[in-house]
Amino acid sequence: MNQANRNDPRYIRLLAGKIAEQARFLGPLTLMHVCGTHEHTIVSSGMRSLLPDTIRLVSGPGCPVCITPKEDIERMIHLARSGLTVTTFGDMMRIPSDSGSLADAKAKGADVRIVYGIANALSIAHEEHREVVHFGIGFETTVPTSSVALASEPDNLSIYSVHRTIPEALDFLLSNSLAVDGFVDPGHVSTIIGSNAYAFISERYGVPQVVAGFEPGDVMLSVLMLLEQRAEGRAEVENEYVRAVRPEGNVKARTLIDETFRQVDAKWRALPVIPKSGLAIASKYREWDAVHRHRDVLESFSYTPREEDSACRCKDILLGACSPQDCPLFRRACTPDAPVGPCMVSVEGTCYISYKYG
Amino acid sequence: MMCLAIPGKIIERDGNEGVVDYDGARIKVRLDLVDADVGDYVIVHTGFAIDTLSEEDALESIELWRQIGELQDESGQSQ
Repeated sequence: MNQANRNDPRYIRLLAGKIAEQARFLGPLTLMHVCGTHEHTIVSSGMRSLLPDTIRLVSGPGCPVCITPKEDIERMIHLARSGLTVTTFGDMMRIPSDSGSLADAKAKGADVRIVYGIANALSIAHEEHREVVHFGIGFETTVPTSSVALASEPDNLSIYSVHRTIPEALDFLLSNSLAVDGFVDPGHVSTIIGSNAYAFISERYGVPQVVAGFEPGDVMLSVLMLLEQRAEGRAEVENEYVRAVRPEGNVKARTLIDETFRQVDAKWRALPVIPKSGLAIASKYREWDAVHRHRDVLESFSYTPREEDSACRCKDILLGACSPQDCPLFRRACTPDAPVGPCMVSVEGTCYISYKYG
Repeated sequence: MMCLAIPGKIIERDGNEGVVDYDGARIKVRLDLVDADVGDYVIVHTGFAIDTLSEEDALESIELWRQIGELQDESGQSQ
């Protein structure tokens, strides 16, 4: 395969032809990716229109902001209202909870700041001598950046971890009989955890997987590789993104994650509790765990779960069970300027991407 | 939080901090998670280099992203 032509329209058409050829001998298949950046590539390149009708390429729960539970957002709002400085990625600011969003809290005077990464939060804590709580969201790509901060034992900074892990989510989806015939695994999560991390899933469920890069040619080739596995009766983890992903991942980052975090059962917004899919801060670093450090403030927090807006289909969209166009609110009552569900707020959300680039 | 798929080149390093160049745009990055030095190409996520790429793969990827950018400019889309 001539990699230099990865995005050449002729190469993409060649792949589309090979995909169509394979698909003729296979029944209808559903392939799922779990990455906002993959969805962006798929939508902005118009890739779905190049796939045969029998091949569904759907988006799963790969938007970290979208799957962060409302209760945790409300806890962060509570911390911010108590006078602490809260730092968060920009995407999270406008995500609605029953008590409004972090942006609403900021408008009412709370000190909530958008940061590009946790290094900015460290600077605020250090230079302004303020007590900072960083909202630690994200999958394994972001987790080691939190680990670096924890390991530096910073002054004035703690992390409220809602970090989540991808392989445990894939395992959960399949164990709950989600009909997926192959996974396109996320490229940059895999640079950290390595392609080996998904092997147990293929072994347990007989489902093929391909770790994919982010260029249109990467994703198309990954779809073809999945179909080839299906056609040959194989169920393995293959690596399309060899230029960046190693079987063992980034060992330095993995070692830091193991030292600073421990696996816990965790809730995902719109999904139930997924066993071992969350990362809580290890007891050795308890001093920098916002849940422990600000336990006095959090003691006065109470939460009564409310049903999500019944018309919003974010839950089904996060499971790949429907597309944004199937939601009655999409483009009508729900737009990026006035979003109803998290999938329309985040730049990684399936609805936002479809609205902007579809 | 979106993944930035385009590799950048480390042009300065001071301990665990460095500067990465993206076709003239320069950003500060932390280098705690990689064994990389000035001249190496890295993938950056939320201000941290998370992976290194060979120069050959990096230059090819940069070129391909540039082409995608140009194609999208021509079709009137802005990304």
